[in-house]
Amino acid sequence: MSDFPFLDIVVFLPLAGALLMGFLPKGKVALLRYAALAVTAATFLVSLGVFANFDTSDSGFQLGSSAEWIPEWGVGYITGVDGISLWLVLLTSFLTPLAVLASWSVTERVKPFFIFLLALETGMLGVFSSLDMFLFYVFWEVTLVPMYLLIGMWGYANRIYAAMKFFLFTLAGSLLMLVAILYLYFAVGGEPTFNYQELLGTPLTLDVQRLLFLGFFASFAVKVPLVPLHTWLPDAHTEAPTAGSVLLAAVLLKMGTYGLLRFAIPLFPDAAREMVPIVMTLAIIGIVYGALVAIMQKDLKRLVAYSSIAHLGFVVLGMFVGTIQGMSGGILQMVNHGLSTGALFMLVGALYDRRHTRLIADYGGLAKTVPVLAGVFLFVTMSSIGLPGLNGFVGEFLILLGTFFGYQWWVVPATFGVVLAAIYLLWAYRRVFHGPVTNQANAALPDMEVREWLMLAPVMALILLIGVYPKPFLDRIEPSAEKVVSQLQDSSMIPGQVEEAGGP
Amino acid sequence: MAAAVIALPLAGAAFLLFFGKRMSKASAYIASGAIALSFLSGLILFFRMLGEPGEERSFVMKVYDWVNVGGIHGNGELLLDPLSIVMVLVVTGVGTLIHVYSIGYMEGDPRYSRFFAYLNLFCAAMLILVLADNLLLLFVGWEGVGLCSYLLIGFWFEREVAAGAAKKAFIVNRIGDFSFLLGIFLIADEIGSLSVTEINAGAATMGTTLATVGALLLFGGATGKSAQIPLYVWLPDAMEGPTPVSALIHAATMVTAGVYVVVRFSPLFVAGGTTALTVVAWIGALTALWAALMAAFEYDIKRVLAYSTISQLGYMFIASGVAGYSIGIFHLVTHAFFKALLFLGAGAVMHALAGETDMRKMGGLRRAMPVVGLTFAAGWLAISGIFPFAGFWSKDAILAVAWEQGEYALWALGLLTAALTAFYMSRMYFRVFEGDLEVPEGIHVHDAPRTMAVALVSLGALSVVGGFFNLPGVLTLEHFLAPVLGEPEVPHGVIAWALAGAALVVAFAGIFVARALYLQPEGDARRERLEKTAPWFVGAARSKFYVDEFYGRAIVAPGKAFAGFCADIFDKRVLDGLVNGVAWVVNGVSSKGRHVQTGYVRNYAVIFLLGVVVIASFMFLRVGV
Repeated sequence: MSDFPFLDIVVFLPLAGALLMGFLPKGKVALLRYAALAVTAATFLVSLGVFANFDTSDSGFQLGSSAEWIPEWGVGYITGVDGISLWLVLLTSFLTPLAVLASWSVTERVKPFFIFLLALETGMLGVFSSLDMFLFYVFWEVTLVPMYLLIGMWGYANRIYAAMKFFLFTLAGSLLMLVAILYLYFAVGGEPTFNYQELLGTPLTLDVQRLLFLGFFASFAVKVPLVPLHTWLPDAHTEAPTAGSVLLAAVLLKMGTYGLLRFAIPLFPDAAREMVPIVMTLAIIGIVYGALVAIMQKDLKRLVAYSSIAHLGFVVLGMFVGTIQGMSGGILQMVNHGLSTGALFMLVGALYDRRHTRLIADYGGLAKTVPVLAGVFLFVTMSSIGLPGLNGFVGEFLILLGTFFGYQWWVVPATFGVVLAAIYLLWAYRRVFHGPVTNQANAALPDMEVREWLMLAPVMALILLIGVYPKPFLDRIEPSAEKVVSQLQDSSMIPGQVEEAGGP
Repeated sequence: MAAAVIALPLAGAAFLLFFGKRMSKASAYIASGAIALSFLSGLILFFRMLGEPGEERSFVMKVYDWVNVGGIHGNGELLLDPLSIVMVLVVTGVGTLIHVYSIGYMEGDPRYSRFFAYLNLFCAAMLILVLADNLLLLFVGWEGVGLCSYLLIGFWFEREVAAGAAKKAFIVNRIGDFSFLLGIFLIADEIGSLSVTEINAGAATMGTTLATVGALLLFGGATGKSAQIPLYVWLPDAMEGPTPVSALIHAATMVTAGVYVVVRFSPLFVAGGTTALTVVAWIGALTALWAALMAAFEYDIKRVLAYSTISQLGYMFIASGVAGYSIGIFHLVTHAFFKALLFLGAGAVMHALAGETDMRKMGGLRRAMPVVGLTFAAGWLAISGIFPFAGFWSKDAILAVAWEQGEYALWALGLLTAALTAFYMSRMYFRVFEGDLEVPEGIHVHDAPRTMAVALVSLGALSVVGGFFNLPGVLTLEHFLAPVLGEPEVPHGVIAWALAGAALVVAFAGIFVARALYLQPEGDARRERLEKTAPWFVGAARSKFYVDEFYGRAIVAPGKAFAGFCADIFDKRVLDGLVNGVAWVVNGVSSKGRHVQTGYVRNYAVIFLLGVVVIASFMFLRVGV
């Protein structure tokens, strides 16, 4: 069974769907919606095949394929997943159908909307599956355009500015990465190649490593985003249509953290080691700064956007502390953030669909008028706050524990971020859902509808599952995490290893 | 079986959250049944445990692997030992009575079944907390009870004050959790394990400094959950929740979690030498006095009880701090009885007076509601420390053990607080139940309905006889807990009698003063004269010593200002200004932006799609070869 190219089908199924959708009549809105839903749902089903065939004991790349693409340039079509990318592929295929469900409110230019959404999905899945630098770069750029158009064409009032800002920031970053990729390509002695696994372990002087690391880092840091390169994100998140915000937060930001993990650290381990204190500092600044700014936001979407900056700070922190707990927690937290922030954007979108406003001040007392929606919102909020028993806690706890094992004192400001998260989210929740209904427009609103249940119930189930039983996730993550950790460490003592040296 | 203790209320909560809406009244019986069965399971476990010899009454059960990375095991492990079973019986026993009480108290509430779902969920979380043999699992319960507290304080969220109080409770507790989490990290790093039994076994190897730091970090969490200085400020506000919630969560069980943690990890606290325990005892003693002072000037019946709870929790920390762990637990148990009783009695009063909480508008209710009056009197005498009521035994034991340890200052503070306690509780009892009948207009006072009366009478009886659980003898609580906590050193002979006598004297003194000021006809004039002697103090005490204001100005306002600076100045002007400046310079955003607009979009789309098609077909062609 494992010879069956599940992964490649997953990557290209949405694109094939997009091409087919080109032949559908543009006026049949319902047909277009269900077609997009069918394609993305099918993609998810096939991705379960990837999950089912994944060999937990193998820490290398699996389930992909390898072929020549442009042999004269050393470009190959090489794909595969390990315990890190597996989850990001699944996260993407899981969330895209839900994002489609969240797009029922799109009524204009429905056809191109879904075509771009599907193209975007292929781009994202490709990024997480590529093991060839050239292929990776192609997919990386492929995600840029549809997202740019989704924001620019279907966004809110200030969409043009936001779309352009998103585009230019990301493009500037990726150009630096392109230069670094090309340098790496030419720097290797012998037959030039873009094959990631062959490029691993390329001997480079520390100076070169530093430069190339910075090239990659620039691109990924913009994407994550790390403070102070984050200012595109609040605008893009806020102005994007719901599906755009969901995928932007849940998946596109992970391309940045994933890139750090997959490329920046393993390709240039010496430079990465040297950069650890700087990256950790930026991550912790992100945690605290993102949360502080989130507290003061008046716009719900902006608030969630800044909360993303804080949460991604945790992810980056965990990845760079060089302990297995931090790394595993960081990887798991990528999934967790995708679920909880994705769901938060769906919920804010659901509120917007009802009231056509994103301003916190326009709400109040909604727990009375839409009690079920309020309950679901609180559930997701608690996941984002890191309540034990839900997913966010497992990731944050491991990250912070790993940080303590590696760099004791650094954990103090990072842990304080947990307090700040409760402040900004609960304050917002209180203003939106609690108190009396002061605005008559809020007095009679419809509660959750079936479609909204369909998009939120699966996320909630996963939030609970990861919180209560993260073992299936951690078991697959740990071996791959171990490999990256070892690259961040000197060969001497490995912190964070208690009792069982060398892992399971 | 131990897992069933937790699973029953958890299942009840889950069931009611999903299906409760359709069953209204039945939901109360389902929830009460779940927690009653849990209590029964606890009793069975208890008697089985009694069948074992003293040293073999500790069982660790692994339920499943939870978070397990790099040799650190955050497992689902339960620890059943004398300490946890006592906590289980208190939580489920008092919990059952309060469930039953709520059947009547919450009648007619539009979110009736939701209330019982939350109560059950709370009990489940509290049971996880006390049964956990893993610090991380304990933290699940710790945060779980915090969540339920949040949900239940804000149960009537339509009211701004309730919503604000819920948020405040959660956030103040989070500050405590910040400390608690750091404690977990330190312990995990030093001991290499999160298992409670292994932590206690290995605490001595941590070295005194680290053990002290670890213990104090955990205690920092305890000051949040158990409402001690400096984090007690959330508890008075928490009285916005329905009164059964105040009784169960904010008096009998959740707020004792901090005491439980100190007692549970007593080997860790001891391993650091005397520092950590001294801090615990002094924070406890100061909090006890501080809160009692505020209680003495408060007119809101529930808030007096809230301050009283803070104060009594302080006693439990004194006991723990002078190594009288089992005595701290003893007071935890008796306090659960009489404080739950007092809250439920206050709830019955409010129930009869259409929600009135101002004691100045009450009076003479004993005759109008005899069951409530009589049981409340039992609670009043118990907390005042009158022989032979429950509070006498446990409070006297705390003072005695402090004396025996040579902590005379702590003893004196405790004694002073005992006098104040008797005073403010008598003040409450006299104001509400004695004197002439006084009720707000248009209200027909009724005694407690049957479900409420059942709970009141049961807890009233326990408040009378609860102290006998620890009468000197073989089957005492101290003796039962000794395998886990050791035997406390208590004074004997004349000193013991003298200390008990002193405690009784101050208690009667407190009652006497309250009688003179609140019951006798000349009381009003006397109070007026007295207040004139130190008006600034009276004013400060009535304003809760301005602590909320101080926190507001010293922490919240500067924090908000800084956050505002980050958001509005630094992020918007500086960083984004820089970005827009650069964009303006290269003329990027302004001119290019316009092209995206509608007419051009189609072109973009087509070009993009073409590109994708070309790349894709190129790929397929190449790969296919």
